[in-house]
Amino acid sequence: MLAARVIPCLLIEDGRLVKSVKFRNAKYIGDPINAVRIFNDKEVDELLFLDIGATRERREPDFALIADIASEAFMPFGYGGGVTTIEQVKRLFAIGVEKVVINTAAAHTPGLISEAASVAGSASIVASVDVRLTWRGKYEVCVAGGTRKVSSDPVTYARSLEARGAGEILLTAIHRDGTMQGYDLPLVEKVAAGVGVPVVAAGGAGDWSDFRAAVRHGASGVAAGSLFVYQGKHKAVLITYPQYAELQRLFDEDSLVS
Amino acid sequence: MIRVIDYGVANLGSIRNMLRRVGVEADAISTREEVMSASKLILPGIGAFDHGMNALKSRGLDAAIKERVLKEKVSILGICLGAQLLTEGSAEGECAGLGLIAGRCEKLKEDIPNGVRVPHMGWKHLQRHRPSRLLEGLDDDARFYFVHSYHIVCESKDDAVATACHGSPFTAVVERDNVFGAQFHPEKSHRFGMRVLRNFVEL
Repeated sequence: MLAARVIPCLLIEDGRLVKSVKFRNAKYIGDPINAVRIFNDKEVDELLFLDIGATRERREPDFALIADIASEAFMPFGYGGGVTTIEQVKRLFAIGVEKVVINTAAAHTPGLISEAASVAGSASIVASVDVRLTWRGKYEVCVAGGTRKVSSDPVTYARSLEARGAGEILLTAIHRDGTMQGYDLPLVEKVAAGVGVPVVAAGGAGDWSDFRAAVRHGASGVAAGSLFVYQGKHKAVLITYPQYAELQRLFDEDSLVS
Repeated sequence: MIRVIDYGVANLGSIRNMLRRVGVEADAISTREEVMSASKLILPGIGAFDHGMNALKSRGLDAAIKERVLKEKVSILGICLGAQLLTEGSAEGECAGLGLIAGRCEKLKEDIPNGVRVPHMGWKHLQRHRPSRLLEGLDDDARFYFVHSYHIVCESKDDAVATACHGSPFTAVVERDNVFGAQFHPEKSHRFGMRVLRNFVEL
């Protein structure tokens, strides 16, 4: 097995596949079902779908689309976006989602994560933590698509989500999203050292070697968007994913070094 | 005609899609009569043992499945909870299982200091202990996706054809005559799971 999970993180808006830069300027890149089929062919071990419009538009998850994704996906996948009630969590598992991602609602409905974890088990509940770097060089945790600050300490915030039963932290650096300049490694290191559950680093992957760097800094998994959906300087849309053997080599070298 | 039993406790979409990929159009069925006319059965399932068993009973499917499999030797493949339901019962609940495989289901052992958590969730390789028709053509590189808290303990070692390891080994595949069970999700395990389904189809 791979030393770390390598997870394509795909964004949905109005039923379409999009990609953002620093949580803005979501650009249309294709059809989600088509993307699932391509990732099937590439034998990706896990997929993540985040509906970035749901919370903003105060709407429920698009259950019909998610059920279609579940039917097409020959690998486990996680879903996040607009999840605010335990009924929605149950319904998502019933239609074949393996992991439910909770972000904004965790800040407003503190009981949701614990309730969801007691229904589905912690391993299936992912708490998503979006962190921005301010111009003063300080971190702040934001919800609602990066628009509302809820904490100035990512570690304490992540710990509180873990204490409520989150089985995994999806840690996204807003200031790196879509930039392909590498993960915010100090942030990854801090949060991974501060919690006991696996941390999946997201935001900034521009090169496969970034995966290794994040894992060296404590990440158990690495998520990427642009890296898997864009090709070349001009960001032509083309879905790519490394061969399994290549990933194995990437992480094996890592274990030799460390 | 291969049929997938729909008793309200799983999304059958990916199973049927994967069967389509191996060239089989499998109906989703939910009545006694449909079970009685199937030539092969797939029993999927997620969630709690009693919930699954009661869902079968309330539709009158349990007796039909037993009759079809025991008397008429129709092959059945249980997946995840569906595999557990093939046994005689589970520590998770009170209900008797279908009793098509001698054995019961026990809870996986947790060992948190060593990173062994329950539910077990993730990709694993299998260790084969006996020849398996379900795993034919798959080599040691094959990996399968698991998500479960309970595991099957067979009464006869001969029935447990492959194990996977989560802290300690547990039964991942059971086989006895025309009864087959996979603790993992073939429909979420890429070409490896597809091969398992194809093997079942081509039995």
